Amino acid sequence: MTIRPPIAMLAELTHRCPLSCPYCSNPLELARAETELPTEDWVRVFREAAELGVLQLHLSGGEPASRRDLPELVRAARQIGLYTNLITSGIGLTEARLGELDAAGLDHVQLSLQGTDAEMADAIGGYRGGFTRKMQVAGWIKAIGFPLTLNTVLHRRNLHQLPRALEMAEEMGARRIEVATVQFHGWALKNRDALMPTREQAKEATRIVAEARARLKGRLVVDYVPADYHSDYPKRCMGGWGTTGLNVAPDGTVLPCHAAQTIPHLTFENVRDKPLSDIWYQSSAFNAYRGTGWMPEPCQSCDRREADFGGCRCQAMALAGDAGATDPVCIKSPHHAALQARAAAYAAGPDALIYRTAPGKPLPHIGNATTGPESRSAERITAGNG
Amino acid sequence: MIAPGAIPALPRGVRIHFDKLRDTWVLLAPERTVTLDPVAHAILSEVDGKSSFGEITARLADRYAAPQDQIAADSAGFLGALRDRLFLDLAP
Repeated sequence: MTIRPPIAMLAELTHRCPLSCPYCSNPLELARAETELPTEDWVRVFREAAELGVLQLHLSGGEPASRRDLPELVRAARQIGLYTNLITSGIGLTEARLGELDAAGLDHVQLSLQGTDAEMADAIGGYRGGFTRKMQVAGWIKAIGFPLTLNTVLHRRNLHQLPRALEMAEEMGARRIEVATVQFHGWALKNRDALMPTREQAKEATRIVAEARARLKGRLVVDYVPADYHSDYPKRCMGGWGTTGLNVAPDGTVLPCHAAQTIPHLTFENVRDKPLSDIWYQSSAFNAYRGTGWMPEPCQSCDRREADFGGCRCQAMALAGDAGATDPVCIKSPHHAALQARAAAYAAGPDALIYRTAPGKPLPHIGNATTGPESRSAERITAGNG
Repeated sequence: MIAPGAIPALPRGVRIHFDKLRDTWVLLAPERTVTLDPVAHAILSEVDGKSSFGEITARLADRYAAPQDQIAADSAGFLGALRDRLFLDLAP
C-alpha cells in the first residue's frame, strides 16, 4: 500500500479555553498548560510538517488565542510556507492582537458560533458576555478584511437558529459557513441525551442547507455535516485514517484524528521523541486503520469501502466497543438498527447539560468542536481538457 | 461565460503555491487545496487583478498558438468554477 503524504495538520496549541461548550470534542483528560509544547517546538513541528507535505495548518485548541505566542507561531508558519487558519471562539482576541496576526500573515479565520443570540450562545458556551464579545471580534475581523468562515455547531437546542446563523454569516462578510451537526466525541458523549437532535430536526437542517446553497450561490459557500446518528451511511472520517491529515495535541502527542485516544489499544508517538515523518509513515497508530486490509465484513466486500473507509473508528469504538468494526451509523452494520433506536431515545432525553471544568480553574471550560480536516484533501478543478 | 471586460482577481486568502513535495502548483484557499494542472496554472498566472478576461485570453492564445475562443471557453469554465467557490473575484 502506498502511503500518501498528509495535506493538513491540526495543531491543538492548548487545551485552555474560556468557554465550556457541552459538546467539546476534546478528551476528558485535558493537557495542562505546563505540558504544552513551547514556541520553538511548535515551529520545528511546523517545519517538519511542511517538509512532510502539509500545506494547510489549522491552529486550534482549546482556544488558540490563549497562547501568548500566537502571532509568533503564525509568522513562523507563514515563513515556512504553510497556509495558516485560526480556529477560534474569538474570546481572548483584541483589536490589537488581530492587528498583530494580520501583520504576521494569518491567512484565514474560522470563528465559532454557539448560538445566534446572547441567551443561547452564552448558555451553550458557559461564558457570560461571550456573545457580545464575539460580535465585537467579528467586527474587527471584517474591518481588517480577514477571510472568514463562520462555524456553527447545531444540536437539539439551537437547531432552530440555523436560518439566523446563515444571515449572520452574510452580515459578518463571511465567504463560507460550516454547518456542523454535533458529533459525539470526548466530553460531548456526556451530553448526548441533551444535545441529540430529533430525526425531524435533522431533516429540517438538510432542507434549510439545500435551500440556502441554491439561494446564496456565489455569495456564501455552505459546508454541511449532517446528523451522523440519523444517517444511513457513515462519514468519510478524516478523509480516511492516515491519508490526509494529522493532529498534534498540546503536549506534542500525534494523533490520526481528534478522538483517537479513545481507542485503548493504540499507542501514540510524540514530536518530542520522533520526527513527524517517522510518526506518519511508520507508527503503529497511523498504520492501524490505513487502507482496506484491516476491514471486517460487511466493509471488506462493500463497494463503498474506499468511499467512506468504514466510517469513524472512534465512533465504532464508542458505540460498538470495537474500533475495528463497521461504523454503526452504516445501514449494513449489525448495530445500525439499535443505534437508530438509541438516537431516537437520546433525542427524547433530558435537557440538563453537563459542563466541564478546566484543570486548575474554577469555571467551566472547553474547546470549539470542529469537524477536523476530513474534507480537506486536495481537489481538482480542471481547465478544459488540460 | 465571462464577459471580455470582466477583471478576475484572487481575493485575500487565496494564493498560488508551488508544492515542492508533490512537484505541482496548487491553489491554497480557506481550508481547501486545489491542485492546478499546467493549463489551470497558466490561466491563473495571468490573473493579476488588472488584466481583463479578454486581455488574458488574448495573451494565452498568443503564447500557446491556439484559437482565442477555445482558450476563452476553457478559461471561463475553470475561472467560473473558482468563482462559484468564492476562490475568485470578478469585477464586471
